[in-house]
Amino acid sequence: MYQIFRQILKTGIKSETPPQGDESLRLLAQCLQQDILDVFGGALAIRMVDAGSCNGCELEIHAVNNAYYNLEGLGIKFVASPRHADLLLVTGPVSRHMEVALKRTYDAVPEPKLVVAIGECACDGGIFCAAEAGENYASCGKVANVIPVDVAVPGCPPAPTAILQGILTAIRTAK
Amino acid sequence: MPIKHANLKLTRLTDAVPTWAGEIAVENLPEICRQVRDGGGRLVALWGSDARKLSGGFMLHVTLINETGLVCLHVPLPETHPHYPDIACIFPAAARMQRATYDLLGMHAEEAADHRKWLRHGAWHSGSFPLRKDFDAAASRTDEAEDYPFVQVEGQGVHEIAVGPVHAGIIEPGHFRFSVIGERVLRLEERFGYTHKGIEKRFERMSLRQGAKLAGRVSGDSTVAYAWAYAMAAESIAGITPPDRALWLRALLLERERIANHLGDLGYLGSDVALAFGFTQFWILKEQVLRTNAALFGHRYLMDSIMPGGVAVDVTAEAKRVIAGECELLEREAATLRGIYEEHAGVQDRYIGAGRIEPKLAAQLGLCGMAGRASAQAWDARVQFACAPYDKLDVRMATYRNGDVAARVIVRFDELFESLRLIRQILVNLIHEEEATPALEKLPPNGFGIGLVEGWRGEVMVAIHTDAQGNLARVHPHDPSWQNWPVLEHAIIDNIVPDFPLINKSFNLSYSGQDL
Repeated sequence: MYQIFRQILKTGIKSETPPQGDESLRLLAQCLQQDILDVFGGALAIRMVDAGSCNGCELEIHAVNNAYYNLEGLGIKFVASPRHADLLLVTGPVSRHMEVALKRTYDAVPEPKLVVAIGECACDGGIFCAAEAGENYASCGKVANVIPVDVAVPGCPPAPTAILQGILTAIRTAK
Repeated sequence: MPIKHANLKLTRLTDAVPTWAGEIAVENLPEICRQVRDGGGRLVALWGSDARKLSGGFMLHVTLINETGLVCLHVPLPETHPHYPDIACIFPAAARMQRATYDLLGMHAEEAADHRKWLRHGAWHSGSFPLRKDFDAAASRTDEAEDYPFVQVEGQGVHEIAVGPVHAGIIEPGHFRFSVIGERVLRLEERFGYTHKGIEKRFERMSLRQGAKLAGRVSGDSTVAYAWAYAMAAESIAGITPPDRALWLRALLLERERIANHLGDLGYLGSDVALAFGFTQFWILKEQVLRTNAALFGHRYLMDSIMPGGVAVDVTAEAKRVIAGECELLEREAATLRGIYEEHAGVQDRYIGAGRIEPKLAAQLGLCGMAGRASAQAWDARVQFACAPYDKLDVRMATYRNGDVAARVIVRFDELFESLRLIRQILVNLIHEEEATPALEKLPPNGFGIGLVEGWRGEVMVAIHTDAQGNLARVHPHDPSWQNWPVLEHAIIDNIVPDFPLINKSFNLSYSGQDL
């Protein structure tokens, strides 16, 4: 136990203020918390769905949960069921094999609900989809082809700050 | 010559890893496979191609590995009813590859024990095959999901728990069907293919350059390994060797990828046993590595930094100092954390004995990579088939015999420290040259090449076939998860359901990498 406490003390606090610059930041965190409070009653619960990605975007969504981004400090957390969620984070070009599962997950989220598409492929199909017909036998392309999307965050994969910004923008939209 | 057989003529490919290839008649396939297995060899990959334009039929490709190197067998099959004898009875890992090969190309493994579909869930008709050149996507489309007959376990008190494809955590999609009595797992059956997005078909319309980008996105956590394996295959066909500096840089990137993934896994292996401290600590370290990657190489996960012919990144003297400093920090912090993990009674209680795969079973099922080494399967492409620059690095392989979660954790720690040691050596050898690497833009016609790279998860293979114009006719990326997923079904037997997330994480296998 002593070792653990020592290491925690030595590590210190790594959490950074959420995305965007300096002084405006502190303001932003407060605004964000106010927005979450207004729309969802104090906390934002996120359900993540991989609808066919390469796992790159998932790595960054994991990273959003590390100490630097202090997600739970903002009142945001990832939950295990769509029924507990306010917001869906969806990655990947939607594979044909995930189409039904994604629709069902979306239907299971109670209103009011938000959808944020994460990554190049979720935005427009990305490298896995071609414009020419006949190549997409296994893919539905972008997430918006399957369920309504509120905010789309490009990037391959988008950095944690961009993901945070996407979530933030979606909450603003809902307001 | 790695295999001797009266009907087999092998030619040595100009490859970075020792590779031979040759054509054999279909009836000789089982005999040769058996011979390789009896000599301690393994199956690396099995795939098919539509060679009707070229030779009037289909072609089965089987890559085997033994202590001398890789052997790729090309097996011509007839145009009508292409079939071949089942080799899953020799290499159990072949079973799912054979089922996938049927779904994609209609090549049939005769007398195989399992003929259920694997990659086809019902998005395209049975009887239409996406990787055939005359596949009509529009005409083959269907929206009817087909039933999948899971194996039923019967008996008093047995019930089923169905999990997925959408999982409770931030994980890729897949389905797990547990048959349990109380908390104890009698049987686990996996059902994958949910992230199948037609990667192999996509390659066929791409230039060599675009293909490199796509190869780097087969499995996002192994982008360096895939991009290198792809480049290695292309360079083998072109008969070129990248400049020394490019090879040193590739090794640097690959070891950084290994470090980042091991750090992330070690963090989750902490939080999976309720030691949130472990997650916090390791993910602080991982984030630092990712940020250094972004600052020095322009990408947190190092995507698109390897190109056929060379690399797309460079390292300055200042960058070398940063990396060396980071190595020192990581070594110090990881050593402290290792001590804490090892002395934590609660953690060790969950780790020791959980999800055990005995060495004998591991060998029989072909468990490979990091998980294989935790079950005494002493294979590491960086050691046995050390291509440049690993031939100058003298990699120390980490192997343990226990085969449980504890062993897979120890292997990760050992490999983490070894990668740090290797990076220090790489930095010494990385001499600055002004000369830019010449990019490889086009391949010779009718070529075939293989790339094999020891990624953090295990051996990643990419095979490239070119057509008469030198374009990509067929690209097959192979993830070690093909071999290791079926072994997970064994690892969970007799463990309790709540230990599944821990055991699963200790393997951390790829869905996208095998769903393609």
